Amino acid sequence: MSADPKALYQEVILDHNRKPRNYGELDHPSHHAEGVNPLCGDHIHIALELQGETIERIAFKGESCAICKASASMMTAAVKGKSADDAKTLIHEFVDMATGRITAQDGPHIGRLAVFSGISELPMRVKCAILPWHTLQAAFNAEPSTSTEAEADPMHTPLGDA
Amino acid sequence: MNITATPTAPATLDVERIRADFPILKLTVAGKPLVYLDNAASSQMPQAVIDRLVRYQSSEHANIHRAVHYLSETATAAYEAARVKLQRFINAREAREVIFTSGTTEGINLVAHGWGRQNIKAGDEIILSVLEHHSNIVPWQMLAQEKGATIRVVPMNDAGELMLDAYEALFNERTRLVSVGHVSNALGSINPVKKMIAFAHARGVPVLVDGAQAAPHLVVDVQDLDCDFYAFSGHKLCGPTGIGILYGRAALLEAMQPFKGGGDMIHTVTFEKTTYAAIPNKFEAGTPPIAAAIGLGAAVDYLTSIGMPAIAAHEHELLRYATEQMGALPGVRLIGTAQHKAAVLSFAVQGIHPHDMGTLLNQEGVAVRTGHHCAQPLMTRLGVVATSRASFAFYNTLADVDALVAGIRTVQKVFA
Repeated sequence: MSADPKALYQEVILDHNRKPRNYGELDHPSHHAEGVNPLCGDHIHIALELQGETIERIAFKGESCAICKASASMMTAAVKGKSADDAKTLIHEFVDMATGRITAQDGPHIGRLAVFSGISELPMRVKCAILPWHTLQAAFNAEPSTSTEAEADPMHTPLGDA
Repeated sequence: MNITATPTAPATLDVERIRADFPILKLTVAGKPLVYLDNAASSQMPQAVIDRLVRYQSSEHANIHRAVHYLSETATAAYEAARVKLQRFINAREAREVIFTSGTTEGINLVAHGWGRQNIKAGDEIILSVLEHHSNIVPWQMLAQEKGATIRVVPMNDAGELMLDAYEALFNERTRLVSVGHVSNALGSINPVKKMIAFAHARGVPVLVDGAQAAPHLVVDVQDLDCDFYAFSGHKLCGPTGIGILYGRAALLEAMQPFKGGGDMIHTVTFEKTTYAAIPNKFEAGTPPIAAAIGLGAAVDYLTSIGMPAIAAHEHELLRYATEQMGALPGVRLIGTAQHKAAVLSFAVQGIHPHDMGTLLNQEGVAVRTGHHCAQPLMTRLGVVATSRASFAFYNTLADVDALVAGIRTVQKVFA
């Protein structure tokens, strides 16, 4: 782990910022949510379509910094085609890693998302990285909107039925 | 853009000597010399103020306005002496027109409660501007909701200048108050408050000026402005946090209800009835931040010894140079190009979000503010979510501008 932000802004993150995967909107999503960070005004919209237990399609849209956009892009790539339960497991692992509760090595599903491990050393930017993940959780919880400053943090509420 | 020449040309500041007064400016951040360009959020404290705080806590501290012992008398004298320093700093008629608050926000809330709840009724209108900081919006919204009053908003042009014709057109027989910022925290625009006050007064409407961004940079003369209230914060003025000033015309303050009840603001108390102390004590319930008030007094002594006209002239030169250098950077757009500006540069860089800019500039030792600057209605008007903002103080140098420009170039390379 490094405290050097330049190490965080490495090519994979910059690439996802330039060319975000799964960027756009879905017609008739089964789940969607809007997430905002009121401290900076960033907002992100995530929509997905579950078929049975599987995330068939997922898309995100919004205005945000490179960290948030790359996080959203890599998140959508990571959970697409996975089951909702696997996605929820990954949400927890990612948030635990981004907040420094676990290292990337302690998260068995983290994989390439380890590029975000340095964010835990930048407390003012942790929320940028986890906003998409909070928003995905809110979508699963059938909460139309969430906020990094929400009284009821979706990460602290019981996981809803997908 | 056209930056007007300063009317007076005082002797240039010996900035290197001034910088030596600020211990924090010797810091390195990320291995680079600190380039502190977030002065609109909070300024740094010179050794003279730090020393004054230490002296107070080491040899003068007790509660004020109460006991007859040596320390209480010493602390009371120092606290009241600070009030007189602040009175002179803004040229108020009397020291009792200077209320110590916790900051600009409390000053505005004090007026919203103490004056607003008595004087604003259903159907009344309060005029604000699109440039306001949230602290000069939300207290009035809360009051308007409680009373059934309406907020009217002065628009600006694309340069970030308030439109006086539109301002004048907002007035009608229901207009009860104007509350407007002297200098925009997000764009640096210096608003034509003197003209706005004269127009309002001709219609019998009082005016509160939010001076949080003006007091550190301009000569503030409340009698010349003829404002009814003027609020500002100590920590943007080289003083401590937790202290600020509300100036109010004595007659208005005397007619107002207290904002907070408690000790030190009473004349007599029985369970049937309490009579209130005279101003300023009526508005200073409880033990105030005594050390902070005395520290703010020392801060205005320090600023006065340098001279506010000299400070304004030096900052104007920083603004001129920064505008020129930043304006020449490819991919950089300056936001807020008012003809009359304080040394604040809000900017957007093509393809780079302000938060990424802020994090990576920090890596170059450069501290800027990024975000909505507590002015979301203004950001909406500008059609942006956030900006990066470099805000200068008199201890900044042309080399600081160069470091900012070099930092932006470095960040642009990362994102290229």
